[in-house]
Amino acid sequence: MSGNDTANAGGLPKAETLIQGLCDQIKAHMAPGSVMIGIHTGGAWLAERLHRELGIAEPVGTLDIAFYRDDYHRQGLARDPKRSQIPFSVEDRHIVLVDDVLYTGRTVRAAMNELFDYGRPASISLAVLADRGGRQLPICARYLGVQIELPASKRLRLKRKPAGELAFELHDAG
Amino acid sequence: MRGNPQLNRNGELQHLLSLDGLPRDIVLQILDTAESFAGVTEREVKKVPLLRGKSVFNLFFEPSTRTRTTFEIAAKRLSADVINLNVGASSQTKGESLLDTVANLSAMQADLFVVRHASSGAPFLIARHVRPHEHVVNAGDGRHAHPTQGLLDLYTIRHYKKGFSGLTVAIVGDVLHSRVARSLIHGLGTLGVPEIRVIGPQTLLPPGVESLGVRAFSDMRAGLARADVIVMLRLQNERMGGALLPSAQEFNKYYGLTPEKLVLAKADAIVMHPGPMNRGVEIDSSVADGPHSVILPQVTFGIAVRMAVLSIIAGN
Amino acid sequence: MKLLIANCRVVDPESGRDKPGEVLIGDGRILALDAEAKSATAARRVDGGGLVLAPGLIDLSARLREPGFEYKATLESEMDAAVAGGVTSLACPPDTDPPLDEPGLVDMLRRRAKALERARLYPVGALSVKLKGEALTEMAELAEAGCVAFSQANTPIRDLRVLWRAFQYAATFGFPVWMRAEDPWLARGGVAHDGAIATRLGLAGIPSSAETIALGALLQLVRETGAHLHLCRLSTLGAVGQMRAAKAEGLPVSCDVSAHHVHLSEMDIGYFDANCRLEPPLRSQRDREALSRGLAEGTIDCMCSDHTPVDADGKQLPFGEAEPGATGLELLLPLALKWGQERGLSLADTLKRVTSAPARVLGVASGRLEIGAPADLILFDPQEPIHLTADRLKSQGKNTPFLGHELIGRVRTTLVAGNIVYQV
Repeated sequence: MSGNDTANAGGLPKAETLIQGLCDQIKAHMAPGSVMIGIHTGGAWLAERLHRELGIAEPVGTLDIAFYRDDYHRQGLARDPKRSQIPFSVEDRHIVLVDDVLYTGRTVRAAMNELFDYGRPASISLAVLADRGGRQLPICARYLGVQIELPASKRLRLKRKPAGELAFELHDAG
Repeated sequence: MRGNPQLNRNGELQHLLSLDGLPRDIVLQILDTAESFAGVTEREVKKVPLLRGKSVFNLFFEPSTRTRTTFEIAAKRLSADVINLNVGASSQTKGESLLDTVANLSAMQADLFVVRHASSGAPFLIARHVRPHEHVVNAGDGRHAHPTQGLLDLYTIRHYKKGFSGLTVAIVGDVLHSRVARSLIHGLGTLGVPEIRVIGPQTLLPPGVESLGVRAFSDMRAGLARADVIVMLRLQNERMGGALLPSAQEFNKYYGLTPEKLVLAKADAIVMHPGPMNRGVEIDSSVADGPHSVILPQVTFGIAVRMAVLSIIAGN
Repeated sequence: MKLLIANCRVVDPESGRDKPGEVLIGDGRILALDAEAKSATAARRVDGGGLVLAPGLIDLSARLREPGFEYKATLESEMDAAVAGGVTSLACPPDTDPPLDEPGLVDMLRRRAKALERARLYPVGALSVKLKGEALTEMAELAEAGCVAFSQANTPIRDLRVLWRAFQYAATFGFPVWMRAEDPWLARGGVAHDGAIATRLGLAGIPSSAETIALGALLQLVRETGAHLHLCRLSTLGAVGQMRAAKAEGLPVSCDVSAHHVHLSEMDIGYFDANCRLEPPLRSQRDREALSRGLAEGTIDCMCSDHTPVDADGKQLPFGEAEPGATGLELLLPLALKWGQERGLSLADTLKRVTSAPARVLGVASGRLEIGAPADLILFDPQEPIHLTADRLKSQGKNTPFLGHELIGRVRTTLVAGNIVYQV
């Protein structure tokens, strides 16, 4: 777990502080002409913020993976699916895929399947604010804010406050 | 009376049989999900993998090209396998009962039945007899209901009018025989549309129609006054034969949507039609092709709405 | 051998008697009541167990499905159902296959029924040949073979001239005509009452005027010909009013209502329950209330079951395609009791509608607890509940809207002509 200045009162990492670090990493290593796509909902908020800080030319894209989840047959369709919006061609592009928390890897797998239905990208790099381990698929982040360990009974999510500030929140799973 | 046969024990949608008695939150869920699917149909790869491995059987006891095709497209865009059965041609004529036909298809591992039938209530009978993992979607039963059409009509209205509050909706024509009208009326009522009007000669308005929560008009000019949405219903030729109407010409004069009747509605009124149109009978070409008409977008929205229905039901 | 039924609550609907007592029967008749009965010698004693002893029920319409429809039900099964339901006399409509338009057929049916030694059968003959409404039947010959009246069942005569002639011919001999009032053109294609429910469910409707207009025509034919007319299965508020006026006018008319129409309305169709597909259709709550009240005040003379066994194939169809009709012989008593209770009538008054009143329409001596009357009797428990399931029904027709319901009133013993034909 990172040092005290990256943790807030509840012991969770401070999102706003980590975002700056993430931005620096992406700026240093992203391919020229890259585009950015965030996964709803926390990933989309994060992508909008990164996109603004990094000054990427193309507008930011968002993905809702409701139609690509691998647990549809057990859980049914999500109650309020959002709309995926990719306002540029995916063909031959270097994509920075953004999500708030990386856990089992299934969300990223679904997002990649969906992306490939839009076209054939040149490359996909994953940027996440928090990696909590527990991977069930061979997926890893190229750009990472913080590594954190959490019990399986908890869910970690990014929340956006009314003024636009982003912060982590812990919920009970299920 | 048993509980609502469309919902399972958890109150989730198991079958879509009618908009009558369908809870408001489920109607909204379908419309919202359709919104998401609208984006899919605009992509290069218009498919999502939700229903991969599932079999959708289109069981059409009444012929239809348009509705069957949109259901087929919707199912295929969900990656389902689609089997079309024009039952008139096969087992029905050999005298096989409706339930026997369905039972045979169940034995072929069907997951979803999309059913169109000439008798009101047929999908309810089928839904009572399918296995627990099988789902039934009503694609039109007699005069009773056409719920996916009602839903796409609601979707269209919401798309152009941004909501349902304060709207005046006028449904014009052969309401007596129209399952489209009945479904739309139930849907509009559920979503709280304050003024729903039906317009037609007495011969084409069903008895006690006000009990559905509508105002009945025989004077089209009065009925169209300040309407936000006008839905024209198809007039079938048989109506002249059944002593319900004297001629198409007289019908057009008094109940057809012409440009000079259209101006009585609001300036930004939209004109809808479930299709196929009888140009010059219930609707003039200039109106059907004019700026108020949203008839073609209705067809496009129909695919997204049917994708939403199939994917919500199949996951429950 | 005489039979003494002791220790029972003896109810005679016609006189209104309802008090504990005894009944002595012998030679197929009622010989004595109460003290006189007790003092009789050489009698086998049956303990009535405190149950109600009343005349056996008389049902003016029960389809036994023979000849012709044996795959739906048989004379045996339906006669078993009749006596299990406490029905000791029943009239069967002529819509068999072939219809009851030949004396030979009627004769054979009566013999078959008699040989079974269950309920008494009173066949109603066809008014026209093959019920086609074109040619008259040999009514006199049919009457000699045992027909008590003439009817078209549910097949209307379209040509009013033929109907008029049929009335005239029947009136010539004093034969009663039993008709259901329905205009074939107004009813054509309809499957439900033409009202709010049919509108909501998208079902083709039969307007009330189909009954009231036809009834007006029938009553006019009565005035012209003097024929005795019994109206079958009233279903509308309007018809009740017309019958009230016709009786006040002194016309020789009577009428009945089915047990289903007094309890159910179009609302009971629910999600297209084909067991509620009936002829005439179940109508509005207002119609139902008027029929119930009409029966209580005597405008409607009696209640019948209109027993119509339909096999599963006939009912497991979309509502409009299903075969109309409901099974009802075994439900006539509990449904009558339920109706009487709702209207606040005494037991004697309630039972009148299914015993002495239909007896009068039929012109038979049973249906009364009088010295010399036929010993057609039932012992029943008016409080015993029956949870109605398909296997409880002896009839081969399991098609009833009351499946799964709890009904009250169970027959324990049935006697016809002094013989015990059913006992639990």
